[in-house]
Amino acid sequence: MATVVKTYEPRFWDRIYIVAIAQGLLITLGRIFRRKDTIRYPEERHVPPQGYRGLHRLNKHEDGRIKCVACEMCQTACPAHCIDIEPSAAPWEEGEERYPVKFDIDLLRCIYCGFCEIACPKDAIELTEIYDFSAYARDDLVIDMDGLLKVYDLTKDGNVYERHNRGEIIEVPITR
Amino acid sequence: MMDTFDLLAILIKVVAVFAIILVLIIASIIAERRVAGFMQYRLGPNRVGPLGFFQPFADALKFLLKEDIIPDQVNRPLYLLAPVITMIPAFMTFAVIPFGAPLEIAGRTVALQVADLNIGVLYILALTSVGVYGLVLAGWSSGSKYPLLGGLRSSAQLISYELAMGLAIIGIIMISGGLTLTEIVAHQQATSWNFWKQPLAALIFLVAMYAETNRLPFDLTEAEQELVGGYHTEYSSFKFMMFFMSEYSNMITASAFMVCLFFGGWDIPFVDEAALGNLGVILSVLAFFAKVVGFLFLYILVRWTLPRFRYDQLMRLGWKVLLPLGLLNVFVVGLWMAVTA
Repeated sequence: MATVVKTYEPRFWDRIYIVAIAQGLLITLGRIFRRKDTIRYPEERHVPPQGYRGLHRLNKHEDGRIKCVACEMCQTACPAHCIDIEPSAAPWEEGEERYPVKFDIDLLRCIYCGFCEIACPKDAIELTEIYDFSAYARDDLVIDMDGLLKVYDLTKDGNVYERHNRGEIIEVPITR
Repeated sequence: MMDTFDLLAILIKVVAVFAIILVLIIASIIAERRVAGFMQYRLGPNRVGPLGFFQPFADALKFLLKEDIIPDQVNRPLYLLAPVITMIPAFMTFAVIPFGAPLEIAGRTVALQVADLNIGVLYILALTSVGVYGLVLAGWSSGSKYPLLGGLRSSAQLISYELAMGLAIIGIIMISGGLTLTEIVAHQQATSWNFWKQPLAALIFLVAMYAETNRLPFDLTEAEQELVGGYHTEYSSFKFMMFFMSEYSNMITASAFMVCLFFGGWDIPFVDEAALGNLGVILSVLAFFAKVVGFLFLYILVRWTLPRFRYDQLMRLGWKVLLPLGLLNVFVVGLWMAVTA
């Protein structure tokens, strides 16, 4: 492979430094007036793009029944073993015969890879754009089925952050 | 012969100058942080008060409430004395700076200057050198390796730039024929700004000024990355704040000194201040502080633009570039005076 040798021979004006310093000062001076990148959280919030992998949700049918059939495919696909499902016979007459009675996701173990989303045959589990959720105890960061269904209600009408971008607190139903 | 009027005038001037320095310190601290933010596409601190202007007060409160830690290995008397030695000269130097045209009150003239010493220039040079002792002592008495290195660098830095700085000033003293800053300003008013007459001296002085105040690109004594803060590594709480304030105070005095020596002091170009009466005095004070603020801004601009010089690079610059250039300047000025005289 050919080697490119770059040489730098400082000329007289470079050796004086004055011109170079003045150029440098002009660059930083010009930067003062440019647009700033800062997002003033929580007054302003970053709006994640489509396909962002944040907090999970469990989708519902139009009549309000859960789409999940507790097949445990997501649990198997999960590389972090953060999903815990307990299946049971569905109480309703029509539709799927199985449904989960327990669907816990440990949000601290989850690596937000989205494999559960890909594995799901019913498009029941999905990752949403919600990224700012927090709690005071580790136990509170395990989301249950109830919470996951509430996240669906919160996010089904488009990006949450586009609707709530004025500094209000978004109630994220993560605690059990 | 000092009567009540003179005494009162001096007291008011002392308080006013002290207040002005404090306000400028506060303003330059917040300006430093916000301008630095702007240069890096950030906003900087903007939460405390309007535009974040109360941030320095919050900082000061934090320093006051912090635990004052004195490490076991320090040399206690010197350790406690060092911040005082740094801070007092930092505030004293401004005393000889004339910051406005003489004011006329009730038929009497009040010079807008705390003390018109006949050796004003030497007074400033002497006191700033005393201030450096504070840094050296802080480094020595901390009994810790990084402060010691910082103190050593400080003393070596002192001798390598102060010679050049002195030579730059000698050129000015030669043409104005006096050591008081009032004379130097008056001479510039009568003719033109010294910057136009001796740009080389102005440049040397500017470079030396950054070394004098330990600001980037010559902040070798602090050098966070190599020396963990250098001389003030072992200082906390209020004692750290004293170093911090004296750094900014020194910046203000150095800017004011620069303005007096090379940029006409309180002179407004193409305006006859004396003809305007006391309005001219107010304008002259504003002009003076506008120039000082301009240099303070340059300090900030330079700090966030240029990387730090290496230790040997500073030595080389001081001894092999600035010193010969300073001598050349004195020689040329002398020659020019001999020819025109």
